[in-house]
This record gives sequence, C-alpha cells and structure tokens, in this order.
Amino acid sequence: MSRIAVTVNGVRQERDVEPRTLLVHFLREDLGLVGTNVGCDTSSCGACTVFVNGESVKSCTMLAVQADGTEVTTIEGLAPAGQMHPMQEAFQQYHALQCGFCTPGMVMAAVGLLNEIPSPTEEEVREGLEGNLCRCTGYHNIVKAVLAAAGK
Amino acid sequence: MATTTPKPLIGEPIPRKEDPELLTGRGRYTEDISLPGMLWAHVVRSPYAHATIRGVDTSKAAAMAGCLAAWSGADLAGDWAGPLVCAWPITDDIKMSTHWPVAQDKVRHVGDAVAVVIAESRALAKDAAELVEVDYDPLPAVTDVKAALADGAPLVHDDWGTNLSCVWSCENNSPAPRNSPSAPFFDDPDLVKVKGEYFLARLIPNAMEPRAGLVDYNPAQGEFTLYSTTQIPHVLRTTMVLTCGIPEAKLRVVAPDVGGGFGSKLDSYAEEAILLAAAKRMARPVKWVSERTDDYVSTIQGREMYQEIELAATRDGVVKAVRVRLLANMGAYYQLVSPGIPMLGAWLYCGPYDMEGYDLEYWNVFTHTTPTDAYRGAGRPEATYAIERAMDTLAFELEMDPVELRRKNFITKDKFPNHTIVSGLTVDSGDYHQTLDECLRILDYDAVRADQQKRRESGSTKVTGVGFSTWLEMCGLAPSRVLAALKYVAGGWDAATIEMMPTGTVRCLIGVSPHGQGHVTTFSQMVADHLGVGYDDVEVLHGDTQVVPLGMDTYGSRSLAVGGVAAWHACEKVIAKARTVVAHQLECAEEDLDFAGGTFTVKGTDKTMGIKEAAFAAWSAHNIPDGMEPGLAGTHLYDPPNFSWPNGAHACVVEVDTETGEVEILRYVAADDCGVVINPLVVDGQIHGGVAQGIAETLYEEAIWDESGNLLTGNMVSYLVPSAAELPQFELGRCVTPSPTNPMGVKGIGEGGTIAAPAAVGNAVVDALSHLGVRNVGRPFTPERVMTAIWEAQR
Amino acid sequence: MIPAPFDYAVAESVEHAVQLLGSSDDAKIIAGGHSLLLLMRLRMATPSLLVDVGRIPGMSGVRDAGDRLAIGARTRHHDVHHDPLLREHCPIVAETAGMIGDPQVRHRGTIGGSVAHGDPASDMPTVLLALDADLVLQGPGGSRTVPARDFFTGFLETALAPDEVLTEIHVPKTGDAWSYLKFQRRSQDWAMVGVAALVQRSNGGVGSARIAFTNMGLTPVRASAAEAAMAGASGDGIRAAAEKAAEGTSPPSDTNASADFRRHLAQVLTRRAVEQALAR
Repeated sequence: MSRIAVTVNGVRQERDVEPRTLLVHFLREDLGLVGTNVGCDTSSCGACTVFVNGESVKSCTMLAVQADGTEVTTIEGLAPAGQMHPMQEAFQQYHALQCGFCTPGMVMAAVGLLNEIPSPTEEEVREGLEGNLCRCTGYHNIVKAVLAAAGK
Repeated sequence: MATTTPKPLIGEPIPRKEDPELLTGRGRYTEDISLPGMLWAHVVRSPYAHATIRGVDTSKAAAMAGCLAAWSGADLAGDWAGPLVCAWPITDDIKMSTHWPVAQDKVRHVGDAVAVVIAESRALAKDAAELVEVDYDPLPAVTDVKAALADGAPLVHDDWGTNLSCVWSCENNSPAPRNSPSAPFFDDPDLVKVKGEYFLARLIPNAMEPRAGLVDYNPAQGEFTLYSTTQIPHVLRTTMVLTCGIPEAKLRVVAPDVGGGFGSKLDSYAEEAILLAAAKRMARPVKWVSERTDDYVSTIQGREMYQEIELAATRDGVVKAVRVRLLANMGAYYQLVSPGIPMLGAWLYCGPYDMEGYDLEYWNVFTHTTPTDAYRGAGRPEATYAIERAMDTLAFELEMDPVELRRKNFITKDKFPNHTIVSGLTVDSGDYHQTLDECLRILDYDAVRADQQKRRESGSTKVTGVGFSTWLEMCGLAPSRVLAALKYVAGGWDAATIEMMPTGTVRCLIGVSPHGQGHVTTFSQMVADHLGVGYDDVEVLHGDTQVVPLGMDTYGSRSLAVGGVAAWHACEKVIAKARTVVAHQLECAEEDLDFAGGTFTVKGTDKTMGIKEAAFAAWSAHNIPDGMEPGLAGTHLYDPPNFSWPNGAHACVVEVDTETGEVEILRYVAADDCGVVINPLVVDGQIHGGVAQGIAETLYEEAIWDESGNLLTGNMVSYLVPSAAELPQFELGRCVTPSPTNPMGVKGIGEGGTIAAPAAVGNAVVDALSHLGVRNVGRPFTPERVMTAIWEAQR
Repeated sequence: MIPAPFDYAVAESVEHAVQLLGSSDDAKIIAGGHSLLLLMRLRMATPSLLVDVGRIPGMSGVRDAGDRLAIGARTRHHDVHHDPLLREHCPIVAETAGMIGDPQVRHRGTIGGSVAHGDPASDMPTVLLALDADLVLQGPGGSRTVPARDFFTGFLETALAPDEVLTEIHVPKTGDAWSYLKFQRRSQDWAMVGVAALVQRSNGGVGSARIAFTNMGLTPVRASAAEAAMAGASGDGIRAAAEKAAEGTSPPSDTNASADFRRHLAQVLTRRAVEQALAR
C-alpha cells in the first residue's frame, strides 16, 4: 500500500492505496465520488475525464499514486452543491445529454477545452472533444451547448 | 375517437427534468450502487470460439486469499430452473439453442461464460479469475453465415445436424397476406429488373455504460432485488424467474439510471442469472461490472446480414414488385428476441411505395460468434437500406433522377387513413411527398447538383454526391394479437397509473423504462396538460418493478406510442372519476360540468372546483358518492390496435477523396414525420443520435472475426465509434400527420434516424462516384473499400 | 481494467531511476503512462516494479542547445505542441505533437514515453526519424547518444537497455519546409499511415527531401527510394517520385487496411506531404 494525499474538489484526502489502483477507482470507490464514469478500458471514451491540476485527463489512465500531491476536480466539484457551472447549464438548455453516462466526462472535457480555447470555432469544438464518445446525442447539441457556453 | 385540444405544454421544447442530477454527477447508475457486505463476481470467459470443455479446475482460484468461491458451469447446473429465455420461436419447426448461463459441455463463441469467481473486491475477483484453469479441446469454428451453411461446416449445435435454424417467409409465415406473389412480374419480359446484393456488417451496440448488475438477497424473506443496466425490468423479472426458479413475487428488478441501451440491454443475460444464483449461495450482495472488452464479446450485437433484393419496374419507372432473400447471422445462441429481428423489417422492403408483387424469405443461421439480437432499428435499417439502395440502382438504370423515381412510386396521402401496403400490413397515415418536399427545400437540391457537376468538370479529386432515403417504418410494438400471430410469446401492451395525491401533486407510474429518452420530462408535459396541473406537480416514476408492477418496457420506439397512450387513458379515468366527485360536491349532473385547465365549471354558472380539490375530497372521502372507492387514481393497460408508422425523407451530401477513398459528410438533412410532437428538443435529440448511429454503421463500424472466431475489433480502439470530429451538424425539418391510431396522434421516433441514415449515406457515396462507373460499395464504406470500388470500376 | 499487482517506487533522480530499474528483472518506467497503462489494464503487460520518473526534476521542457533543441523526455505532448522554441525552430515536432491522441492524452502522455515505447503506429518517432534526431540515454555506465535511425530496432523494441532511461531528445533547428500528414479514420486514432516530410527548396521544387513513414513496417521507416527520386524534382516529377514511396516498406494488414492499401496511401500522402511542405 502507498500513502497518498490528493486534494479533491478542494478537500484534502489522505488514503492508503494499492499502487495498481486507478485514479478513477480511487475517486469512485475510496472517496465515493461516483459521478465520474468508466466507459471503456482503452482510454478511448473519455467518460472518466477529470481535471488534474486544472487540466483534463482520463482518470482511467492514471494511477492514484501518480496523483499524489495534485489537485483533482471531478464533476461533483465543478460548481458548488446545488448550483450548475455555465457549461452544465448550457448542456441542459441545449439538450446535450440523453442517458447522461458520458456527460460528466464530456462536460469536464468541454470546460477544459474552453480553458484553452475560450472562443472556439465549431470545428475546434469537434476536434477538442475528439477524446470523448457519446452514443446518444450524435454530438449535435453538445457542440451547440459548448459554443453557447463560450458566448457564441 | 376523441382528441385532446392543444395545450400549452405539449409541443414545447422544455429542458429536461432529468438533467440537473445527471449533469452534476448525482445520477445513480448500477455500478454506483454499493451495499454493505457486497462481494464482486467475475466471469471467466472462453478464449475459444468452439471447444469441448474437458474440465474446469477452480481450486487454485478458490484457495486465493480474498476469493470466496469459484464455480464451473457444472457446479452451477443445479441452480437453474431452465436455460436463458428466447421469447420468439418464429416458426413451428425452428431449431432452438439451449443456452445455459455458464457453459457446461461446450463453448460456442469467444466470450462464452465458463466459470464464475466471487471475491471481496473487484481487483481480487479479477486476480482469482486468472487462476481458474479450463481444459479445452479446441474444435473448428465457423463465423460466416454462408460458410456455416456449407456441407461439412462445423456445427454450433450438434444435435440439429445443421446450422440453419429456420426459414421464415411472407408466403408461408406472415399472418398478413401480401398483395400478390412477385414471380409473374419478374417473369414479365417487358419489365426492367435490377438486383442489389449487400452485406451489412456485424455491429457492436456500444451503449456508453457497460453492462452491470447487483443482486441483494434477503434470506429471511427469500426475496431478491436485482439492480441491472436493463431496458426491460418487467420482462427481465419474468425471464429470470423462468431461468432461476424464483417465485415471481419474490423478485424485484430495478433499472436505476441506465446509460443507454439501443437494444443491447433489451435482453435476459447470463450474468443476471449468475448474480441471482451467486447472491443466494453467498447470502450476501454480489455485484458484477463488465469491462468494455468483456462487453464486446458478451453483450448482444446487431445486424450482420446478406441481402439480395430485386425490383421489377416499368420502363417509365413504376415499380411493380420486390423480391428479397436474406441470410441472417444469429451468432451462437438465440437471445431474447433474436429469431424475429429480420422479421421486424420483413414487411418494409417495399418502402413507402405502391407495388403489386412482394416476396421475402429469410434464413436464420447459427455461427460461432457472439449472439445477435435487437440493435437500434432492428430489421428496419436493413430493409430501408436494401430498398433505398435498390431504388437508386433502378433510377440509374432508367436514367431517372432518384427523387423523381421516388415521387412516381410514393403511396399518396389520399390512400390514408389505413392503407394496406403490398406486404400486407396496414399503414395508418403519412404524406411522403410532403416530407420529401421539406427535405428538398432545406437541401436546395439544384445547388447541390450544380456543385457536383462543377467539381466533376474541374477534374478535382474531391468529388461530391447526394443520396436520399425516403423511409417508412413500423414501430410502437405492438398489438398483442398480431404478436401472437407472429409467435412472439408476450404481449405488446403497456401500462400507466396516474394518481392525484392528497396535496394536489400527481404520481405517474409508467411501465416503459427510459434509459436516456427523457420520459420523465415528456410524460410530465403530457400529464400536466391533460389534467390541467403544473409541470412540476407531476412526478414520473419508472424502472422498479416494486414501484411500477405493470409494464412491458422500452424498445421498438414504443414508449410514447404505447406507454404514452396508456397514460392518456389513465388521465381520462382520473378526470372521469374527478367529474363524479365534483358533480356530487357541486350538486349538479356530470354532463353539466366543463373541464378545462384543471378546473370543473358548472355550465352557465361561475361555480367551479379544481381537480386538486377533487383529489383531496376523494382522498379524505368525507363527502363522495355512496359506494365510491376513495382516492383519485386511474390505471390503464393499453394494447395498441396497430403499429406506429413514422416516416420521412433524409438527404446526405458527401465529399469523397478519389485518391484515398476518404468520405466526409458535408451535410445531412432529415425531414421526418412522427405525428404530434410532445417535446421537440427530445424528438430532435432522438433523430440526431439515430442519424449518428446510422452514419456510424455505414462509414465506420464493423465487428470483424478471424477464421478461428476471435474478435479482431475487440475494443474501442479497433472498433470505430465516431466522435464529434467525424460527424456534421444535422439540418432538421418536420412534418406532422397525426396518427389516427391513438388519441394523441403520436408516432414513435426512437429509431427513425438509424433506419434512414445508412441508405442516405450509401446512396450519396455511390452517387459521388457514379461518373467513375461505381455502382456499389461494400459496407462499411472504409477508405479501402471506396478505393477498391473505384479501381474495379475503372478496370 | 485493473492491472495485475506490482511494486511501485518513485525515482528521485535519473541515477536513482537507473538503480531501481536494475533492481528488478521486470521493471518498467512510468511517466505519463499512456502507453504502458493501456497494456497493463488489459494485463498484456505485467511488470513487477514500476519506476515512476514523474517527479524527477529537470526532465521536462525544451532548451536551446545551439544548433539543436533539447527536449526533456518527460515533456508532455501538450507542452511540446505549445512550446515557442519548437514552434520557431522545429515546427514539425510541435505540430505533430498536437495530432497525437486527444487533448486528455496530450495532457499526460510524454514525448519520451511515446518514443521509448517504439510503436511503429506512433507519430513522433516518425518525425524524429525524418529529422535525424538524437536520443540521449542514461544507464549505469553513464550517458550515450543514439541516432533515431539506430534507436527503433523492432516492433515495440528499441535500443534502450532495460536499465536505461531516455532523458533527452535532440532535434535540429531547421529551416526546411515540412509536413506531417496523418491518415486516420477517426480523429483520436493512431495513424493508418503517416508521412513526415522535410524538404529543402530549390527553384520552387525539391532540392532534397527527408521522408519517413508511420505504420509502414515494424518500426518507423525512412522512404529511401522516394527520397532519392525526390531530389531535384518539381511539378509532375514529385508525383513520379512519390510513386516510389512504398519501396522497401513492409506495412501491416489489419482491420483498418490491407498492406497493399497502405502502400497506395503512402504514395498519395508522400506526394501531398511534399506538395504541402513546398506550399507552406
């Protein structure tokens, strides 16, 4: 077991973990933050996207021990409890989710995209979300929501 | 039949009630649920497509620290009351597969379950699974349908002596007689004939949530709760009772938030039975979560069909007859409704066209591959692809514009309501010229053709093409008596209970089971309008057989067209009873009461009483008519008198790189008619997602096996689910011909996009390359297949 | 989804990492983990010890080394993509880094990890091969420099010894016209075929060209025949030279494409890459 300390959604969390524990399983099973989902085992789908030190990463492709000392933000911590981040509001307004399973990762990836490209074109949004798969929406409304959240 | 007057909420693009929880990570999917004392199961799967199991040694696994049990198929054989259920024996002489949850003597596809381990954690279960030793005697396998039908092919089920399970034909098996046989038309020398041969690849559904299950067993009461990533909690309760021998009243099935289905969760799965058996054996909760690579071999797949379609038409473009032969790959076992999937398209190979002759025959064939079953559209994308590709082939042969050919053959709106089409079923409504008009209006067809011509003349290596798909489908499954005639064992009704609570809110229990479709929002709109209460007054409950005992669940675009209509009738019952209560309280005759906007008014007076007041009065029962049961609730089980018949016209514009074979979709236009629309946001979302899946299967997706039966596209790296970067924005139009079949005028729209899109995309690619002599391209249209088609045409 | 158990050690310096690697028969370095963890999750790799080089100071970033740029092996694809020195002096590296995987992958994956993994379907090894880059390896006996041409020895095999650490990648400052074309079916995919071209202009045409391929053999490969034919070519001569692109390659057949189709693509993409470079 390895002792790690990770600040998750602003709260410092210290735990003993097996080195093989993936960050996503640490978040889901050790911390009970089950909003972050796992949709594949090949780093393809992006459902598990969280922020590590402010940047989007696939939490299935990172060991919890590698996150020692970092600041992690999950979908639960994107906005204060009971409120929604403007990206979350745009997703609801534009019906950018159906089953909701890819949604936490998609929202995190979208917020990360706007952090890097504040006013993207439609093509930049599509390319910027290349690492997140959705099977319900055909992406149409996701793209609209992200452009709307960017103030377009 | 009565119709509802338009109300403020119906037709409004209201953002969904479901969203805040799902958007903030507060949704609860099956994997998110944990129970005290919970154990983890891992299923050991066969690496061979076909092998005899000589022995299974679970001793090392069982001895591992943290592993509590390890069982072979033989160990669990006594736990089953019966094999996994297939509910659709489509012919009297069908050869059925016997499918045990864990294989006992032979494995028949890569991924067939051979053993189960139970451990304290997910990781330990996986570690222990690696210690299970299975002694296999590998046997030759067959994965292709045509190879499986050849003499001497390896047999999937030895007892039958053949891999051909059954043959179904319109002539011999359809309860609705076709207009006339096709043969005379094909024998007529004056008619033009065209033939299309298509192979539709095997598809992996890829709901974003992999399958999972959790069983909580209460030994004191003998009660089981199965939490499952299922589309069909009610059907699953019945099928699991048959497999596991649990008293039906003691099994509760819960479908919590479910992360997409597309048919892949419309099934009765081995793992669900395994969890029920394991929880009982361990007397502790047991959970199983599929890994994606595991899911790829153990979850049902879709399509995979050889098609031959022939059209006979006059030289001026009047189609007289269609003749179809299909070979369908069932995989290694029949799952819940596998045998009938091709049948769901069997009456639709005529498209929305008037014809005189019709013949269709399909063969169901077993192979050593993962079973196939319903995948979004189920039978109807296949039919639409065949007829719409064949129509374009005919147009080319006759040197007609494909739009003109379609117009010449459309069933016209004056035939409705209730026109019996050539294949024998009765379509209730539609205006196919109107949807095509709308599609062409958005498309600006002349400009698209002009650009195509300009590019061709310039000698550009980037050519464009436009393809159409004018589609008609049957959904809203289904009239129970028709299902009986089709040999489906269950009914096609659905149920809803509307209860006015004492405080004036409304509890709406629905038997359909959403997994992304927005039922909570849509049903709230309908019920609030109908009862004249607030949108937020309505709470919609679903997906738990203990809360909603009656239902037939969600598949085949039936939730609104069947479940929604059930809710409409339940609302009518509530209003009728409220009327009696109000008449009693206001001391007037029931027929003297007008009801509008949630308020009863005595005609010609200002005396009123709200339905919420009536609900309280009915609940308190202080002053209700003699003999009346207290409470204000209505339950309705609705059995639809016909299928639902949505339709539309799609157009796709592609750019093809004639040096690399790359296809890019430049535009996609969809003008659909799904009758009255409750929530346009939700309907548009269904069309977007459906079209995306249709594009995906046409350009990207293909499950490929090697000769030994190994899945070469075994994960999301090699099986190409498209991302946002591969798809366009969609341009939608809408036409409304209300369905006369139900009082709301609604039609199903969950599958239309997937049904329409493959043909539109396929026709566009072939159109783009037609000047090079290309007449067909194999599916999916990979760069290599496109280039190969160009090279062969130029050879 | 869950790797087999392993021991885990954080290296505090390159020397420490080398020492840790030597302490176990089956130790592996982890940095971003975007090659190794994929295999470990599927249990296709089961190392006994993971040596985490993620916390070693000084292993990331790009520095000016005279006529070359030195890229720290742990520099993430994202940072390679945005690095101003690379953008000015070796833009093909910066641009190619932006084509790897997806944004999340680029936030974790490193240039060193990508190179050390030795996957012929990876983009960056091809570009480094075309650039005649040098790779700096540190082992128990000290440091050595291996040219990219000698580094990629086989499928997932490199000149890196089990107890060596890739520390730096040296690329030339170059004014050559350049292009990296990545042919893929989906934006997030590995290349079906990739072509890196560095072209010295001459009279509006090609003076000389260095061309390398992704996924056209067991290692990234130089297109020697096309390079020779491309020298002095212009106009239709470029097309003719590109037809030699597949000579000497042995591309794989897989579910995306046959070997023959890859050879065809290599020709088309080579021509387009050279033309794009010249037009840039």
